[in-house]
Amino acid sequence: MKTATQEYAVGKVQDFLLQIGRVVVAGGVELAIFRTSDGEIHAIENRSPHPKGGPLAEGIVSGCYLYDPLYDWKIDLRSGEVQTPDHGKVKVYPVVLDGDSVTVSL
Amino acid sequence: MTVEREKLVLIGNGMAGVGTIEQILKLGGAYDITVFGSEPHPNYNRIMLSYVLEGSKTIEEIVLNDRQWYADHNITLHTGTTVIRIDEAARQIITDNGMSVPYDKAIIATGSNSFILPVPGSDKEGVVGFRDIADCDAMIAAAKQYRTAAVIGGGLLGLEAAKGLVNLGMDVTVVHLLEDLMERQLDHNASSMLQAELARQGVKFAMGKQTIELTGDERVNGLRFSDGTELAADFVVMAVGIKPNTLLAQESGITVNRGIVVDDYLQTSMPGVYSVGECTEHRGICYGLVAPLFEQGSVLAKHLCGVQTQPYEGSVVATKLKISGVDVFSAGEFTETAEHTVISAKDEWKRTYKKILLKNNIIVGAVLFGDVTESANLQKLVKQGAEMTDEIYSEVMGTGCCGGGSAKKGMSVETMADEEIVCGCNGVTKKAIVDAVTENGFTTVDEIKACTGATRSCGGCKPVVEQILQFVLGDSFQQSAKQGICGCTTLSRDEIVAEITAKGLKTTKEVMNVLGWKQAEGCSKCRPAVNYYLGMLYPDTHEDEKESRFVNERMSANIQKDGTFTVVPRMYGGVTTPEDLKRIADVSLKYDVKVVKVTGGQRLDLIGVKKEDVPKVWEELDMPSGYAYAKSLRTVKTCVGSQFCRFGTQDSMGMGALLERKYERLDFPAKFKMAVNGCPRNCAESCTKDIGIVGNDGGWEIFIGGNGGIKPRIADSFCKVKTDEELIEVCSAVMQYYRETGNYLERTSEWVERIGLEQIQQVILDNEDNRKELAARIDFALAQVSDPWKKMLDDQETRTALFEQTRV
Repeated sequence: MKTATQEYAVGKVQDFLLQIGRVVVAGGVELAIFRTSDGEIHAIENRSPHPKGGPLAEGIVSGCYLYDPLYDWKIDLRSGEVQTPDHGKVKVYPVVLDGDSVTVSL
Repeated sequence: MTVEREKLVLIGNGMAGVGTIEQILKLGGAYDITVFGSEPHPNYNRIMLSYVLEGSKTIEEIVLNDRQWYADHNITLHTGTTVIRIDEAARQIITDNGMSVPYDKAIIATGSNSFILPVPGSDKEGVVGFRDIADCDAMIAAAKQYRTAAVIGGGLLGLEAAKGLVNLGMDVTVVHLLEDLMERQLDHNASSMLQAELARQGVKFAMGKQTIELTGDERVNGLRFSDGTELAADFVVMAVGIKPNTLLAQESGITVNRGIVVDDYLQTSMPGVYSVGECTEHRGICYGLVAPLFEQGSVLAKHLCGVQTQPYEGSVVATKLKISGVDVFSAGEFTETAEHTVISAKDEWKRTYKKILLKNNIIVGAVLFGDVTESANLQKLVKQGAEMTDEIYSEVMGTGCCGGGSAKKGMSVETMADEEIVCGCNGVTKKAIVDAVTENGFTTVDEIKACTGATRSCGGCKPVVEQILQFVLGDSFQQSAKQGICGCTTLSRDEIVAEITAKGLKTTKEVMNVLGWKQAEGCSKCRPAVNYYLGMLYPDTHEDEKESRFVNERMSANIQKDGTFTVVPRMYGGVTTPEDLKRIADVSLKYDVKVVKVTGGQRLDLIGVKKEDVPKVWEELDMPSGYAYAKSLRTVKTCVGSQFCRFGTQDSMGMGALLERKYERLDFPAKFKMAVNGCPRNCAESCTKDIGIVGNDGGWEIFIGGNGGIKPRIADSFCKVKTDEELIEVCSAVMQYYRETGNYLERTSEWVERIGLEQIQQVILDNEDNRKELAARIDFALAQVSDPWKKMLDDQETRTALFEQTRV
């Protein structure tokens, strides 16, 4: 059954260091939230699509891409798509910026 | 007003039909497209089902066009819907769920069904074909529940099914009517080698057996053969052949023989209706392999788009068995008769076999077993009907003169026509690959794969793609692959360092901007490298970029696969105290450390610390960071030495601790390990360290470039010194020279081989000024570093952002 989405205030923009991921648990879901150098904020599920799993928040961020910290998969933070030659998809959650407060809907 | 586009309906959502649609889209065909498929899946790569069964791929991985693809191209897709009739008069397509859709052009690509032997019992439970995802699922499910299986049919599909079931843990017997496996593709020699190889891999065989009945009650429990013998089996796969799926065509009044009869433009007997793929019969032949389907699709797509095309004149059939580790290939004619000239080579030791058949000196067929590197080349020669020459002979039989091999390979790619298809699965021509390389500056097969799709499916064409890459890039193939430090730039390490100095670049961003990086902010390979080079060049002014550090260095702790971390406190020279041990024990208990391990470098590793606990563990340990995570001095391993050991000639523990205190915390191109020994017994194993020091009665001997890891290397003796001061000066100079000339991630074992031991000795030992300058530079850099754990504990903001978990 699909439940309605709920909004979670996850912090202020400045709480998220540029190009460094931060873990926020919202509504029981562990999120990895990134502020890219163009000022955009992206929220993805903090779980690697790699068969061995693992977190994503500690990866290296380049533009809107993330290199996962354990297996170096390249992931598009906007769509969650893993880039070739690897395949997979990370769950992406919509983020709303209102002034300097950051809200994620789940 | 929009122009009404012609309506194109594809019946059959498989590789042949969708491949044709892809060609039409590429050619810019202006159709309103609707696709019907009986299976509930989008188009997947049927030829890779064997890999799914074998377990090396998942179903998701073999999907060729996901639903988004149909949406992106405005194609209406109806899965799980079977078309039952084409109404010629009304120009309507009628489906089993009552839809009727108008068409201007229709393509039938309904493929084929497994041919189920018409013997008693063939309708029992536990009897399946091997054709689609449903069959594949049934086989995987059966393997979980049952032990013995029989596969009827020793052809391509049967053998792939059998090997898949063996991999799934079943006891499998292949039942074959004839004495030779794959007799429609292989000759007797290749066939018996194949059987021997598969037997080695655990497949059993019942050859020359005709099945006359499947026994059992509701569920099958065995097979009965015409010679009266029986075989027990609680699962049976029928892989005796395929039957073109022509029902729809018959019902619609289209001429059908064995398959749906088409002309050289794939046109059926009904106007506006075409047929491609396994359901099609062209000049009396129904093909069951992927390459011909693609060739048919290509002709049909051009025809439908009004592009001039050669008619389809049939295909040369080539076969490759898709079982990992069993390489079989055949193309064209394979059974010799009196009119053939036969070239063959059989090597029973290497288990390879090669045969080429000539007719009037024209290459008409080939069979390969074991070594299939020449398969693409032979397929092309057979298709072209090439005449055998001395050159081709030495090329394909591998008897050319020494060193000629690679040049010959280059030639065969060079002579390949632009329009020739290299990747049969995805229909990628040589020209498309060449264009991808020249227009985008690609240098790797992966880049070509991402852009063109070549090698994406079965991967069999990878050697040819590599050859084309090599051919197009010429001499720069090697160079360009080596030159750039990663895919983001073509600049080498030395060029980058020179540019940073010449232009006074200060940040990774600046470097990447000014030097024209392809990806503006670099990748996980070049960002840490550039950050290191900047720090090495400007030790006092470069502001270290945390965001350009690999996770372990950014967090000052080692990440584990479950996202927890390990903490290793510093123990200078591998020496600790009871007080420190007590504290380590207390903290480990308090923070529920999973494992305390003694490391290879004589330290204690606290494994399994939760991320948010990491700073607290540091705080309560109150010890310096052991740098187990860093490209930096990790440990100085020591033996007991002259303080206690009866053999000791030097104070190894004292010197080890001194060196570790002096050089800790400084960034190196890669991790750096040292050892100090009190005597030549070498208990602390200097020979596998970046710098190994061995004490003797009159001084020290210094070894460099040792490694015990991925590429073990015994260290080279660098020099002998008499005093501790000389020892330190030489160590300083070696380290700094390595820091200044090493490639990021290059260990000293590789660095010594690249630069040369003599060169390093010349720079450091033969030139005192140089040595002292190097030592002064490392001292300057060392003056800038401080303990990262303390720094993090004092910086609440970064600590919170990096380690703490917010809950909302």
